[in-house]
Amino acid sequence: MAWVKNRVLLVLVGAGAAAAAGLPFLTHAPNRLVLGTGISLAATIASSAEAARAWALATIAAPALLLAASVFVRPGRAAHLGVIVCATVLLTGFVSLAGIHAAQLASIANELAPGANPDIARTSFGGSFWIVAVLSWLTASDAIARLGLKPVSRLLATAAVVAPVLICLAAGWLDQLSLLKEYAHRADAFSTALRQHAEIVVASVVPSLVIGVPLGIASTRDSRWMNAMRTPLFAGLNVVQTIPSIALFALLLAPLALLAARVPMLGRLGIKGVGLAPAVIALTLYALLPIVRSTAAGIRQVPRPVVDAATGMGMSPRQVFWKVEAPLAFPVFAAGLRVATVQTIGMAVVAALIGAGGLGAIVFQGLLGGALDLVLLGVLPVVAMALVVDAVLATLASSIGVR
Amino acid sequence: MIELQEVSKRFGAVTAIDEVSLTIGRGELVVILGSSGSGKSTLLRMMNRLVEHDSGRILFAGEEIRSFRPEDLRRRMGYAIQSIGLFPHWSVERNIATVPSLLRWPKTRVDARVAELMTLLQLEPAVYRARYPHQLSGGQQQRVGVARALAADPEVLLMDEPFGALDPVTRAALQRELAHIHDVSGKTIVLVTHDIDEALGLATRIVLLDAGRIVQSGTPLEMLAQPASDFVTDFFGRADVGIRLLGLRRVSEYMRPVGEHPLHDDDEGPISDTLSLRDALSVFVSRRVDRLPVANGEGTIVGRLELRDLLRPPRPSEPGIAQ
Repeated sequence: MAWVKNRVLLVLVGAGAAAAAGLPFLTHAPNRLVLGTGISLAATIASSAEAARAWALATIAAPALLLAASVFVRPGRAAHLGVIVCATVLLTGFVSLAGIHAAQLASIANELAPGANPDIARTSFGGSFWIVAVLSWLTASDAIARLGLKPVSRLLATAAVVAPVLICLAAGWLDQLSLLKEYAHRADAFSTALRQHAEIVVASVVPSLVIGVPLGIASTRDSRWMNAMRTPLFAGLNVVQTIPSIALFALLLAPLALLAARVPMLGRLGIKGVGLAPAVIALTLYALLPIVRSTAAGIRQVPRPVVDAATGMGMSPRQVFWKVEAPLAFPVFAAGLRVATVQTIGMAVVAALIGAGGLGAIVFQGLLGGALDLVLLGVLPVVAMALVVDAVLATLASSIGVR
Repeated sequence: MIELQEVSKRFGAVTAIDEVSLTIGRGELVVILGSSGSGKSTLLRMMNRLVEHDSGRILFAGEEIRSFRPEDLRRRMGYAIQSIGLFPHWSVERNIATVPSLLRWPKTRVDARVAELMTLLQLEPAVYRARYPHQLSGGQQQRVGVARALAADPEVLLMDEPFGALDPVTRAALQRELAHIHDVSGKTIVLVTHDIDEALGLATRIVLLDAGRIVQSGTPLEMLAQPASDFVTDFFGRADVGIRLLGLRRVSEYMRPVGEHPLHDDDEGPISDTLSLRDALSVFVSRRVDRLPVANGEGTIVGRLELRDLLRPPRPSEPGIAQ
């Protein structure tokens, strides 16, 4: 196996090839209610129009072969760049082929039955599409990581990998895919849901920072009061973390409803048993643990002698905190903030169950209606939001943070 | 410079410092010597109020230290510790400039001071200025630590086992540099250590501490030649006292000048007159001779040392201390 120079790539390429050969690339159904028939990647390419076939060969077959060949190339800067370009082209190829083929199927359906509504035919992504798309993404990410770029360049390189997919999306190449058809039906509801989702996340993470950071800092200070409070504080936060989110929403329902009934002022401000208020309160509580814990852990891992030297040289407690403890604790704190934010983005989906809105509303609508594409329309932006926020926070942290 | 009057400190049931009185004069290099748990670090840390004393009075420049704001007091005293405690997120330059920045010195003055100190501590400013602590060796880190402690030209330098974590060669080099800094600046230095040779080599006065009390205080020679108790003798190593005494004396004080005694033809290469008698003894034994020619810094033969000279009182009336 000595001639294999990049084992990670070997695994990724192997898994991709196996998935492409074994699972359907697209599924096509005449309408939303019947189960679709699978179309393999080979069949998709073979049954495409001539121009589309040439495009597929150029954007799928060529980079796939080049990637397979790269397994045997000693990793280096040039090799990594080559892998990134190939993986990007491949990802674009898969996405665009799916879109082009969906359009072709739609026009065929239209020819066969000219009077019928072409909108009801459904062409969706199949199993192998998801696998090869994710593997292409992993391949590109792995190569970007190996390049050892500075944080901001790394973020830009990652953005460059997804950019062509976004261009295909904007250009309307994917419009005939069922996912986009679902979107076209409820574009307004979608953008409202997206905005609400972001609002829920911000409204939960910001208060948990405002409460959690001072609490975390206080927990590292040595005082009689804090020494007594530390254990119950973390135990309490841990207990919150173990309550399933739906249960916590339900637990908040009664007291908040009661509060709103007793104090009508609060009700008018939107604080009641269902809706945004219980969702934000619950998500704030969930985000509190990672934030308090990472703040405290960040400060506690600052070496004792460094604080001792800072104090001994005449820094005031405030200066010790801002000049020494805070910058040295920041990377650990930032990791906790990432966890809290990503966790909140995901959990906010469940908040739709108590009427908080957000992308969860679309997900549950899809689940209840048995429309898988609708579920995807809700889930994909959640995943994308989590990935983007995580990448941006990571970049911020490593460019502000210290070695 | 610093005066302790019947100072005590208790930690719970343990008495760490028990009615200690001590006066440290301007320009002294006082070494507080003691084994682990003798209270020596606590004694030092009370001087800059990192530990608050329970009873007694501590005066700095004639004033009770509690009349100062702790930050102001500490900025007038340099502070260097064994684990160095450099700020890992700051460059060497910024580390050294810590106290000057706290005192809001103008930038040009800070820059000049940093360059001056780096040169004094044998760190080439052009090379090391922008480096970070993790890019330095242990010895270089402690050089930065000492430079940082000296940065704002403090009236007193407090050092808590500053060279304890270094290898013997680096430690010896930094001890020589500290002695040099003390010579040229005349700064008051209080240094805590458990290393007997470090204490004997550096101190103008040793304060031997045990269980929070001062057992004996005096020059290195007094500690060896006139121990106040068996504890002192034992502490300095009963069997090694003679050797350590020789370590305090220089060849130049014991040799016979050239004029008085003609040289012999069969003499081997000369030894330096700045050597301690301890090192000279080693040369006697290893060469299996009982006399050695002595040369000065330029290599000119200036005298001769005989083995039996080691037992005599020194030639100049005052006993000197080898640095």
